[in-house]
Amino acid sequence: MDLLGKLGWSAIPLDQPIIMGATGFMALFIVFVLGWITVKRAWPYLWNEWLTSVDHKRIGVMYIVLAMLMLLRGFSDAIMMRAQQAVAAGAAQGYLPPEHFDQIFSAHGTIMIFFMAMPFVIGVMNYVVPLQLGVRDMAFPTLNSVALWLTASGILLTNISLAVGEFAQTGWMAYPPLSELQFSPGVGVDYYLWALQISGVGTLMTGINFVTTILKLRAPGMGLMRMPIFCWTALASNLLIVAAFPVLTATFAMLLLDRYLGFHFFSIDAGGNPMMYVNLFWVWGHPEVYILILPAFGIFSEVVATFSGKPLFGYRSMVAATMAICVLAFVVWLHHFFTMGASANVNGFFGIMTMIIAVPTGVKIFNWLFTMYGGRVRFTVPILWSIGFMVTFVIGGMTGVLMAVPPADFQLHNSLFLVAHFHNVIIGGVVFGLMAGYNYWFPKVFGFKLDERWGKASFWCWFIGFYLAFMPLYWLGLMGMTRRMQHYDNLAWQPWLVVAALGAAVILVGIVCQVVQLGVSIRDRERNRDATGDPWNGRTLEWSTASPPPAWNFANLPHVTDKDAFWSAKQRMRTKQASLAKWGKYGPIEMPNNSATGFINAFFAVIIGFAMIWHIWWMAGLGIVGALVTVLAFAFRDREEVEIPAEQLAQFDRAHPVEVMA
Amino acid sequence: MKDPRHPCVQPPATDPEFQQRQRRVSLDMHHRFLATVLLISVAALSGCTEGVLDPKGPIAIAERQILFNALGIMLAIVIPTILATLAVAAWFRASNARARYLPDFEYSGRLEVLVWAIPAMTVILVGGVAWVGAHELDPRKPIASAATPIKVQVVSLDWKWLFIYPEQGIATVNQLTVPVDTPVNFELTSSGVMNSFFVPQLGSQIYTMAGMVTRLYLQADHPATYRGLSAQFSGEGFADMRFNVDAVSAEDFARWVEATRNAGPALDARNYVDLAKPSKAVVPFTYRAVATDLFDDIVSSGMQPNVAVRPDYPAQRTQ
Repeated sequence: MDLLGKLGWSAIPLDQPIIMGATGFMALFIVFVLGWITVKRAWPYLWNEWLTSVDHKRIGVMYIVLAMLMLLRGFSDAIMMRAQQAVAAGAAQGYLPPEHFDQIFSAHGTIMIFFMAMPFVIGVMNYVVPLQLGVRDMAFPTLNSVALWLTASGILLTNISLAVGEFAQTGWMAYPPLSELQFSPGVGVDYYLWALQISGVGTLMTGINFVTTILKLRAPGMGLMRMPIFCWTALASNLLIVAAFPVLTATFAMLLLDRYLGFHFFSIDAGGNPMMYVNLFWVWGHPEVYILILPAFGIFSEVVATFSGKPLFGYRSMVAATMAICVLAFVVWLHHFFTMGASANVNGFFGIMTMIIAVPTGVKIFNWLFTMYGGRVRFTVPILWSIGFMVTFVIGGMTGVLMAVPPADFQLHNSLFLVAHFHNVIIGGVVFGLMAGYNYWFPKVFGFKLDERWGKASFWCWFIGFYLAFMPLYWLGLMGMTRRMQHYDNLAWQPWLVVAALGAAVILVGIVCQVVQLGVSIRDRERNRDATGDPWNGRTLEWSTASPPPAWNFANLPHVTDKDAFWSAKQRMRTKQASLAKWGKYGPIEMPNNSATGFINAFFAVIIGFAMIWHIWWMAGLGIVGALVTVLAFAFRDREEVEIPAEQLAQFDRAHPVEVMA
Repeated sequence: MKDPRHPCVQPPATDPEFQQRQRRVSLDMHHRFLATVLLISVAALSGCTEGVLDPKGPIAIAERQILFNALGIMLAIVIPTILATLAVAAWFRASNARARYLPDFEYSGRLEVLVWAIPAMTVILVGGVAWVGAHELDPRKPIASAATPIKVQVVSLDWKWLFIYPEQGIATVNQLTVPVDTPVNFELTSSGVMNSFFVPQLGSQIYTMAGMVTRLYLQADHPATYRGLSAQFSGEGFADMRFNVDAVSAEDFARWVEATRNAGPALDARNYVDLAKPSKAVVPFTYRAVATDLFDDIVSSGMQPNVAVRPDYPAQRTQ
């Protein structure tokens, strides 16, 4: 038996300059970061304050850092694809051979959905939800850390595939039979499956954690109908995670059994049925879209209300719309394959269900509009992203409903029109929302505001770049161009693809502006310092504590009497002329201990994944034992919590005089 | 680049038929939605698109109409919404002293009804379009026609298309010839991975799947050459899985069948195994004869396993 399974020197693509260049760049970057940490002697700080932290705020920040790095990686893939299609017309083959191009679009989709959008959304929820609920942490802090590091394991495995072996060449959905061993004998699909299995388990843990937190841990007086709308969207999103991710895990498990043990769930012979995979994949896949977009809707709701200086219009309507989307998300999946030959009744049913889900979404748009109506709209960076979203998203929604009409889909399915549509809703919805949230909550997280000018520059580049990059794709879809073409012979397509490539370049400028914005803001942090904890005249509880908040969030849990709890408290204080600060009674509180469980567990998860991908069975065995021991060690821990004395709490509050809630 | 096989690439001004069609199109559209007019003018601007907006058969024409109707209904609400968003945001900017500040305006029963009713009514309209359309344009529904449909069996292979004409006893690779004004009754399957058979100017695409048969009716109304392709990614040679559809007169079709019968190899189970092996960018060719029931044998998957196995990794990457 071979000690290293399928692994050998031939796995490293030394003959591929583009891949080796990218690998070298990533290696340099990692060496630089690790070196910098060593020079700064920051390892103990990093280990104690971040890597082993179970603080939801720290975990949220780490999720977002991961997501931003993966945005850069996924965007590099996008630029390469746009460049390839801009040149590979007629007889030209471009600079990417098919086997490389196919890996790039597969990696782009996988990374952007699972490792950019998901960690970003989960990161924002992690940071904001407990603060908005007025509590001190998540229901299961250590589980939260385990989930984070499992996501990081998936990310690491996916990026290892760049240097060692290959990534899937099947598209990010990995439809069988193409993804079966018979047609994809390489390790690419295995990288895809193991990376997503491991991170998927983490996501499921996150879902359970949030549902428990939101339903069971809320500040005194905060009934469900007093929750900030972002918490409602987070609840809906995590209910969807809990219901949908097990489907994905089971589906991938079946495909793994096909590939590793010769089962026939989705094979084309011996009674397998690939159509089952396609159904199961989208039973997860369509709710996934709402897992991403619902929290973004929540962010827009907070941002629009705050910067209009008004409560959200139609709060109950918004809650109803959110929960309606949450339920309907499970009855629309078939619209991803109207062209599979289902009967007219089936196609018609799913077409109509798909349209019905557009109703609550439309309601939300109107509610944001009426929130601005009668307001005093301050044109900050977050509101720019929000208005940009409202304009862009209705176009994406419209093209979505268009493709929900089965006969229209027969013509547009798998075309660039479809590609334009889902980028229109994911960039115009999810990414714009995350950018709004990033600019909105940054001062809460770090205690200083982000630079407005660079923020606005980045918004306009993204906004214009998006239209330049994707409107041509709508048109190309109508011209009959399908997605995933490494080259094409129809020269009429080329000018539009060149425009799309230019659009991607403009988005790149937008990303550069964001990096500069961050740098400039850190340089000018003293000037942009927010001492009040409430830089935007906010409405919800996260603005009632210091920026950045202490580890315990609130020394005394706030008492909630209304929705927009912080806003109404501020109003009361103004009318009653009550004192701003209230040095109340302080009692000692208990906070969870740091735990290395998540980090160590993730280390073994990477070992298991890598070993399974390369068929190194002994190593997989060691990894499983290691992970098991880690979890057992955590289960048998002696000290669970650390006590924070009352004096420390009082001291912090005296040093950070914020508008404490009465 | 002027390709004689694709007349659309030529300048439209020299093509009287094209101009006439454009006039007819704009007359038809005159009383329809603003959106339709907009789209057509864009289409006219860019000349002949060869895409779904330039349909050449009854299915594609009906689908374009549905596309326009659904788009028109939705634009009627989407455009005002976008304009209202921008107008409200601009008018209620903090620096506008003339705008009223209503800090407590957070609920209005009437507006709530309106807010739910507008998208609901839009969806009822578009939903009707979807339901009726799904039935009228069901891919397997025969096209009403005086002409007897001709039968074509389609097999997607790695990475080319095999077209079997069971009634004529011939077959072609990467080239489909059909008579105009005659419904074509397609039966489709795959040798291995999924593909999607798609001729944008003729209408609906449909998946091809191993061990299964999907059905599709299409028809070409004008003699010309149309582009066909696979719309479902199927692996390394996917980009070259294209074919031309030659729509010819009934007489030309008969002549073509006769000529095909007199030349080229014959296709039987043994040849098929060779043909099914992966190959890319295959130049079109024809078979003078086809073994009876070959299509059914392919579907029943007696010859499926190992036919299409790809070269082993890592040879795959370095080839």
